[in-house]
Formats: sequence, C-alpha cells, structure tokens
Amino acid sequence: METEQLIRTLAADNAHRARPVGLVLMLALLSAAPISLAMFFVILGMRPDVMTAMHNPFFDMKFVVTLALAISAIAVSLHLSRPEASLRGWGWLLLIPAGILALEIGGEMMMPQRLPMMTRLIGNNSRVCMTAIPLLSLPLLAAALVGLRRGAPTRPAVAGAIAGMLSAGLAATLYASHCTDDSPLFVATWYTIATALMATLGGLVGSRVLRF
Amino acid sequence: MRETEDEWTGLMRLAMSGDGAAYHRLLKAVTPVLRAGARRGLVRAGQPADQSEDIVQDILLAVHLKRHTWDANAPFAPWLFAIARNKLIDALRRRGRRVFVNIDDFAETIPSESAAETAPASEIAAQLQSLPARQRDVLQSIAVDSASIKETAAKFAMTEGAVRVALHRGLASLTAKLREP
Repeated sequence: METEQLIRTLAADNAHRARPVGLVLMLALLSAAPISLAMFFVILGMRPDVMTAMHNPFFDMKFVVTLALAISAIAVSLHLSRPEASLRGWGWLLLIPAGILALEIGGEMMMPQRLPMMTRLIGNNSRVCMTAIPLLSLPLLAAALVGLRRGAPTRPAVAGAIAGMLSAGLAATLYASHCTDDSPLFVATWYTIATALMATLGGLVGSRVLRF
Repeated sequence: MRETEDEWTGLMRLAMSGDGAAYHRLLKAVTPVLRAGARRGLVRAGQPADQSEDIVQDILLAVHLKRHTWDANAPFAPWLFAIARNKLIDALRRRGRRVFVNIDDFAETIPSESAAETAPASEIAAQLQSLPARQRDVLQSIAVDSASIKETAAKFAMTEGAVRVALHRGLASLTAKLREP
C-alpha cells in the first residue's frame, strides 16, 4: 500500500474516537475490584476489633499511606501513558507514601511503647501480609495493564512497574483492615516488600504487554 | 521550524475536533519529516536508507491509533517524535540490529528532499491478506480504490456504520499484526 493511500485511509477513520486512557483504566479497575473484594472477604475478612482499632491513629494512618500510594501511582501511570512523558517531575509523587510513613515512624518513636522496636517491626502477620497483598493485587494489576494498554507508554517496563505499585496500594488498603499490626515499622517493612514484589511483576509483564 | 510546529499543533487540534481534511493535511505534512528521520535512523544502524517506507507507515498507524493520548494543550511535535522514535527502535530491533536511535533522528521538522530513492513499503500489503475478508475489502476499497465511506457502504451493501467499524478494526488488527515478530 502506498503511504498516500494509507494516509487517506487513516483520514477516513478520523471520526473514530478512542476513550481516554484514564476512563478505561478506571473502568478496568472497577470491574476487577469485586474480585479482590470477594477474595478478601472469603479468605481474610476484617479484623474483629475493627471498631476499637479505628480509635488508634496508627491503624487509620495505614489507609492514608496505602491510598496515597494507590492515588499517586494512578496519577504517574496515567502520565506515563503519554509517549513523550518521562518520570521527571512526576516520580516524586511516589515518595509521598514513603514520606508519610517516615513521619509516622518518627511520631511512634517519640511515644512510650509497650513493645520493643523489633517486635513491632516483625509483628504477627508478616507472612500473611506478604502473601495477601500480592494475591489481592493480581486482579487489579491485570486490570491496570488492560487499561494502560490504551495508552502509548514509551517505557513499558516502568509503566508496568507503576501499575504494580498501584495494584499493591489498592490491595494493601483492603488488607490493612484485616491486619492487627498497626505499627508504621511493620507497614514500612512488609507492605513495602509486597509492593516491591508487585512492582517487579508489573515491570516484567508490562515490558511485554504495554508495548505499542 | 517553530512555525511548522505551531501549524501541526493547530491542524491536530482541528483533526481532534472532527475535521478530517485537517487530519489528512497534517498526516501529509508530517510524512516527509518522518521519512527523513527514519532514513537517518536506518543509516545509523547500517541499514539501507531506502527501507524507510515501512517504518513511516508503521509510525503513521501508531499516530492514528494512539492520538487520544495527545494532550490538546501540548505541542504536537514532541508527541509525534516520541512515537516515531519508539517505532524506529521497534523496527530496527525486529531487523535484529543493535539499536542506536539518536534522539536527533526525530527532532527537526525538516522533510527529506525526495522520496525518489525510497523502496515501496511492503509490510502492510502483505498483512492485509491475512485480515478477515470484510475488513480487507473495506480497507482496500478506501485505500486503493479511493472510495468514500458512503461509496464503500453501497458497494458491499453495508451500512455506513458497519463500514466505519470494519475500517477501524481493520486498521487496529493491521497494527497488531505488524507488531508480531
């Protein structure tokens, strides 16, 4: 086919409008959310003392941290779905959850504690945490990748890794209501490892499926 | 150069608001520039420069299918060149070459002097044969026979809506097939 002919054909298709990447990403995440929710309620469920736990600021802050991760990763992944975009000027958004955690750790250090630091860090649920977050993340990661495929990321591995962080942030938001370890030291350790795991997986898959 | 870029951005805005003629003009305007960049990239990779046309078409298809990722408030050229670079890297990789795409291959809005020494593209034509009959017929009618959507609909006893769907699906599956190694 001559290039001139191709151009004419593309122009004839100009009326076709693709949905914006952000909308497709949201729809994909919304359709995967019930799967993760069902997994959460069947396998884990909320912790029994959730009503009392809500009075503990460190319990509440877990949601602030995980949602901050999810929201900033959504923003960055949408930015990266544009071909000319780079992480410059946007990467710092991903440091927000880490910054909140650092402040929390500082705050916890200044308070009198019943348990020694290492005990708080290791907690009682590290193994469940490291299994549950990635497991609950999987449907969300798949959805995020489906959504981001509508975009045109020129760094598909990076975009995939951010999609992994996004899915981990949302999954951790669910998991946090099950987990009885509220110390920011626990969150900073085990949630971070689970997130890193999902970022690696997302990067590996993304480098294949997000090419365009 | 600045003027060219502003003109492109203006045309793309018109195109996104539904102006097919502006879109046609824009694609025609960028093609010689893309060709020049593709030739530079091929030469740098030690490949014959006259193989640029398949890359140009590949870029045009990607531009078309990803144009919703262009931000209407941003200049068009950086977006276009980012897509072009990505497609050039892809093309060189598929040819099994170590990839050295210099950022400068696509950076200037200077067209190639002449298309005379360019070999005709062959990949799209080859993949066209593997499309479902309906999509292939519609694409061929519009591309090769220069029929309009209306004329194509009459020719195949389809509705115009069905022609539009087949056209878009055909372009999308062509692009997917071109990406396969």
